[in-house]
Parts: sequence; C-alpha cells; structure tokens
Amino acid sequence: MAKRPEPEKRKADASNPKEDAIEVMATVIEPLPNAMFRVELENKHQVLAHISGKMRKNFIRILAGDKVAVELSPYDLTRGRIVYRYK
Amino acid sequence: MIVCRSQAEIEKMHRAGLVIWEVLNDLRGMVRSGMTTKDLDEIAERKTTERKVRPAFKHYRGYPASLCTSVNSEVVHGIPSKSRVLQEGDIISLDFGVECDGYYADAAVTVPVGEISPELKKLLQVTRESLDLAIEKVRVGNRLSDISATVQDWAEKKNGYSVVRDLCGHGIGTHIHEEPNVLNYGEPGRGPRLQEGMVLAIEPMVNIGGPGVRVLDDDWTTVTTDGTKSAHFEHTVAITSNGPWILTRPREMRGPSW
Repeated sequence: MAKRPEPEKRKADASNPKEDAIEVMATVIEPLPNAMFRVELENKHQVLAHISGKMRKNFIRILAGDKVAVELSPYDLTRGRIVYRYK
Repeated sequence: MIVCRSQAEIEKMHRAGLVIWEVLNDLRGMVRSGMTTKDLDEIAERKTTERKVRPAFKHYRGYPASLCTSVNSEVVHGIPSKSRVLQEGDIISLDFGVECDGYYADAAVTVPVGEISPELKKLLQVTRESLDLAIEKVRVGNRLSDISATVQDWAEKKNGYSVVRDLCGHGIGTHIHEEPNVLNYGEPGRGPRLQEGMVLAIEPMVNIGGPGVRVLDDDWTTVTTDGTKSAHFEHTVAITSNGPWILTRPREMRGPSW
C-alpha cells in the first residue's frame, strides 16, 4: 500500500513566530518598568512594547520621544516588540 | 529514524511475505473478465485468515477492505466493490499486505484481464523492470535515492512514461508505513546510506501520461488526473550483507521480481 508522504515540517519553529509580525513606526511616550515602553503608533494607537532581545543584548538605550520601529503580533495588537531605534 | 531489523524479525516479515506471495499468485491466475473487484477481495481475505495471519490493510487508517484493487487509470488504493466488474483488456493492480506476529510485509502486482493491447503490455513490463532495477540497488553502502533515481531513469528517461510523485514506497516492519519514504524520483546519491537490516517496500507507480494524480471522494482511490492508465508493482525488500532479499516471494526464487 503506497504511502502518502506528509509535507515536510518547517524546521526551527522557534524563529518562525517572529516572521509573521507587522512592522510599524512609532514614537515612545513613556518608559515603564522591566524595559517596557508605552509607544504611540503612526495611527495614534497606543501599545505596550518591550525591547527585542537583540537590542537588549547590545544595550540600545531608549528614551521618551525616540522614533522606533515596532513589530506587532497579528494575534495581539496591544503589544509589540521594539526592533529598531532611529537616530 | 530508520530501524534496522534483526534476522529473527526479518524472518517473521518473510513469513508474512510468503502468504502475500501465495495469495497474489493465486489471484493473478484467477483474474477474468466478469469478476468483480469485491470477489478478489473476499478470496484474498479468506486465504489469509485460513493461514491464521491477518490482512494488514483492513481498518488501516479506516481502509474498508483487505486488498487494494486499482483498475486502469486507478493508480493505487482502489476499494473493492461489487459494482466494479472487470472487462477484457483492463489492467488491475492487486496490492496486499499481511501481518504475522506483529510484523508486516507488503507487495503488489499489476495483471492483465484477458488479452491486453501491446501498449499496456509494454507499460506493465517497463514498470516491473523498473522495480527489478531498483531492487538491484538495495545494497549496503548505496544511498536511499539511488533506488528512486533508478526507477525514474528507467520509466521516464528511457521509456517516456511518468512516475507518480504524490505517493511513495516506505520502510516497513512493526507498522505498514515506517520511515524512510522511498520516492520513485530524484537525484542519485542523496539520503541515508543503506545498512544491513533495513527493510523497504519499493513500489514504482508508472503512468502512460502525466505524473499527476488525485484522490476520489471515497478518500482512498487514487486516479491519474489525465485519465491515462497506470501500473504498480511492489515488493518488500530487506538489505542483507549479500545484497537484496525479496521477502515477498520464496527465498530461492531468482529472475524477474514478478
């Protein structure tokens, strides 16, 4: 009896969740404890954003008023991840 | 993970394989126009239970019968039916599996119903030959895709048919379908190296027309999309230090696989 091969599963599942994110521009409103920030998106929505691991590792400091790039999860649009600070 | 089987395990699979060989050989001699595919299924099931072993396909993932009967443009997994009557000039693939003491074997043969056209004779011959050539590649140290490439080379490049991509052969042992997938196409020299004790079900499925297939609403019967006829031959083959050992026929037999 012939086998129907299943499509191969995508490897490195750990990195895949980050690929679906929506990247948007935002401005930092206030710093919060635990390296969280309240940021305002270009569409005036306010979301809670944390600093991406890569930025944290490289000690990128973020202050109120900075322009940043934020990735939003399509599942929870009230939280985001800061992935870049513009100069 | 590909499991390497011990001599004792392979012997059990060979016991199952011999039942398959007997049943398929009997059926091969009985196929006549006017028979229904259900008749063949009933004979296969009776002969199997008489020998106190179990037909392996029955209830496998909900498959309703013991035998797969695939007529003409049906490639594999045709469900036997009382309303499917064989006609002179048809070709029918008989695919059968048996479980014996928890170990499985699986084989298939495509047979003519009465006299068939020279085109179909050639299709059957080429498909069988592609299996013969593939079995020759089942040797310690070769790679898995050497088998695949051999089938494709003979059926497609040398003879202009096409091999089905959406279905494949498989490892076999304590389940019908185990790792690895034995594809019937691909580049040679890829995949794991073959080792002593591996057991593979090699099954080229060859279409006269294009390689496309689709599954009918019954969720099993697989037909060619362009309606051209298709042939299917299969053996369960163990890898020994002396080369391939075809488990689904008597050990002393030589010559063409079917």
